[in-house]
Amino acid sequence: MAITESPAAATATQRSAPAAEPTPMVTIRGVSKAYGPNVVLRDIDLTVNKSEVVCLIGPSGSGKSTLLRCINFLEVYDRGEIRIEGQLVGYSDTTPRRRLSNAQLRGLRRNVGMVFQQFNLWPHMTALENVAEALVQVRGMDKGAAADRARQMLARVGLADKADSYPSRLSGGQQQRVAIARVIAMEPHLMLFDEPTSALDPELVGEVLQVMRDLAADGMTMVVVTHEMGFAANVADRVAFLDRGRIAAFGPPREVFHESPDPRLTQFLQTYHERNSF
Amino acid sequence: MDSNLLVQYGPALLRGFGVTILCWAAGCAIGMALGFVIMLLRQIEVKPLRWLLRAYIEVIRGTPFLIQLFLLYSGGPAIGLRLEATTAGILGLGIYGSAYFAEIFRAGFQAVPKGQVEAAHSLGMPYGGILRRVILPAMLVSTVPALVNMMAILTKETVVLSIITVPELMYEMQTMAAETFASFETILGMALFYWLLVEAVSRLGRRMEARVTRFLSHPSNARA
Repeated sequence: MAITESPAAATATQRSAPAAEPTPMVTIRGVSKAYGPNVVLRDIDLTVNKSEVVCLIGPSGSGKSTLLRCINFLEVYDRGEIRIEGQLVGYSDTTPRRRLSNAQLRGLRRNVGMVFQQFNLWPHMTALENVAEALVQVRGMDKGAAADRARQMLARVGLADKADSYPSRLSGGQQQRVAIARVIAMEPHLMLFDEPTSALDPELVGEVLQVMRDLAADGMTMVVVTHEMGFAANVADRVAFLDRGRIAAFGPPREVFHESPDPRLTQFLQTYHERNSF
Repeated sequence: MDSNLLVQYGPALLRGFGVTILCWAAGCAIGMALGFVIMLLRQIEVKPLRWLLRAYIEVIRGTPFLIQLFLLYSGGPAIGLRLEATTAGILGLGIYGSAYFAEIFRAGFQAVPKGQVEAAHSLGMPYGGILRRVILPAMLVSTVPALVNMMAILTKETVVLSIITVPELMYEMQTMAAETFASFETILGMALFYWLLVEAVSRLGRRMEARVTRFLSHPSNARA
């Protein structure tokens, strides 16, 4: 599972040091969304810089998953704008509020990988085929080259020996690592994680988090919706606490976890302390 | 059955058997292809199209196959559609089956786990590729039992084609019965034959089911 320590990785570990000019990867400005009368996102502002790890935490129903899904337009946002590397997500940059065509949307999604809570592997394909499929269909690689690359990616998440296994033969942690391999094979500029460890048995959480730590160390830009406070505290550059569709607290983990005056946040964190003390 | 009868009518019965199988296979193929297209068209959000397809399915399912067949074969010439009996029979069987197959496919389409499709979208896969590589295989898993069931039903519906003089097995049997008065044995033989045919289709279906779900078959497959 270890990712070879390269000079690039070594410099990447220093990325959280205040660099001269951070390049924004994702900029979210005034984004709102409602399902009928039910407002799920209220005027969200958030910037994620290149090579930065931002964790979204908050109680269920606070809108964190919805916000994440808006970033690659799996969810449509009603107001405001989201940009990835300057490109407006989901809508035309020239004609206001005109939806992008499917082809344009695909172009945008090529650079954004997403890892889901339920893994969402294709059960009728082996681990290798799961990883190779988009390489063939989206990247236009020939089957042999795609299989080679898929094998490398599986090795990178520590599953070289499971290439020919169907998902039903893999543990949850292994399935999620295949799902991560499927995404990194596409060399995304940005990765979105939607509660990647929430469906896992506790003893399998660690292996997935380790892969994510390795990705972060390699300089991947990541937005992670999570309930793993330890991961947020140790790996995230910044943490956003969402509450009822708003970002109620935002900053480096130390500030958010220990110095925020927000009573809802204190209460939210308290439930974790209680759960982990036995 | 008298062995002389078999010698005398054997070749005709064998030909009839061939025609029955042909009509059944071609009818199933047309029915499934048409049913699949109808299912896909029903996903399009255009009201008149939706009503039209819905009406098609309701009418086909709501009227007897024999009447549909008469309309196609005898009523066809009125609108310039002059079909030979076997062609009309195959087409009729296909149209009749298509309404049922469309409904089976629709259920299968709705049963495809949403997350699997979202994952494909999030990787930037084109819709045609998603349909072919993600949706169709998932649909196959959930629809094979219903598809096989419908195919078994259609084997039995082929007997109706004898009424518009398609020279299939039932037609040849009736000819033989009329000429030799050996009616009880022939009818019993017929029943046995169709039962065997349906049995064969079911067996084939069970094999297909095992094949398309082989990736799920796992002794300790607790989740999934």
